[in-house]
Amino acid sequence: MAKIFEKPKMLTDKPTHYCPGCTHGQAHILTARAIDKLNVKKIIGVAPVGCAVFAYEYFNCDMQEAAHGRAPAVATGIKRVIPDAIVFAYQGDGDLASIGMAEIVHAAARGENITVIFVNNAIYGMTGGQMAPTTMIGQKATTCQSGRSVALNGYPIHVSEMLSQLQGPCYIERVSCHDVKHIRQAQKAVDKAFQNQVEGRGFSMIEILATCPTNWGMNPIESNKYVEEVMCSVYPLGVYKDTTKEEA
Amino acid sequence: MAKLIFNKMLCKSCGLCVSVCPKQIISISKSEINSKGYFVSELIDTEKCIGCAFCAMMCPDSVIEVEK
Ligand SMILES: Cc1ncc(C[n+]2csc(CCOP(=O)(O)OP(=O)(O)O)c2C)c(N)n1
Ligand code: SF4
Ligand SMILES: [Mg+2]
Repeated sequence: MAKIFEKPKMLTDKPTHYCPGCTHGQAHILTARAIDKLNVKKIIGVAPVGCAVFAYEYFNCDMQEAAHGRAPAVATGIKRVIPDAIVFAYQGDGDLASIGMAEIVHAAARGENITVIFVNNAIYGMTGGQMAPTTMIGQKATTCQSGRSVALNGYPIHVSEMLSQLQGPCYIERVSCHDVKHIRQAQKAVDKAFQNQVEGRGFSMIEILATCPTNWGMNPIESNKYVEEVMCSVYPLGVYKDTTKEEA
Repeated sequence: MAKLIFNKMLCKSCGLCVSVCPKQIISISKSEINSKGYFVSELIDTEKCIGCAFCAMMCPDSVIEVEK
């Protein structure tokens, strides 16, 4: 008998602190598996502020903690000083699209040769379920208890669509992990986002639609259904930018 | 024949493995609890397992390894 499926080597043995069914675990696995496939020794990750704040405990490579939202700026610095390292930033939606909006936009516009894993669960998970820039119209959060209202809170930000309007980025795709088929597709996207960096093609970002069962007030299975039925229609999956095709 | 190896220590009882098994032969134990206090997931019919690894792929905590 041979092992046909095992934990990625790029993850440590430490049990994660994530809630049961939380997509952060799957996002870690996708990232780690993509790195496992690269033939590169020097890997440096940048961890966010948010539920993934302890990501540095879980990835089996050098990690740097960034101030809230600043991961793409920190990753830029690391990549420019150590250009032969593969550098990735791992961020939540509050981290990336709220306090860190400037950093992600400018890193993308500069076309920095880094890979960004953007875990969009449409909420501030860590701090108790407050509304995020990505919280959907009608979605409940502790700071919009009757559901997000356009009149009061404005519209959600579609980060992948927005960044794909810039000239800088090489590759931007939105994926989901709500079932096995979508996990497979997500893996291909994350693989490509890292391969682009190896080939020096510039900024790649994968937006992963994610659950936060705890703050959504749903069980993990209902949460995945919600991603499939609601989130995927508000945030359509697909490739938003791919300059590797234009070059070919 | 396929073999599933459960690292029960890591299981959080989320049930995602149960939800994707095409043979419906994974369930959450009603008696076995790990050190974190979660009822662990288990394979209830070894013979019927086809080794598709859907459960292992769906698990956000890398609880399941698959041999074939
Ligand atoms: C400068 C600063 N402002 C605010 C906070 C409080 N804070 C911690 S995590 C967080 C939001 C996290 O949301 P997100 O990035 O979506 O991560 P998730 O937990 O949902 O994965 C906030 C506002 C902080 N730690 N530092
Ligand atoms: S609070 Fe939400 S985002 Fe944070 S670990 Fe729990 S389920 Fe995941
Ligand atoms: Mg979030």
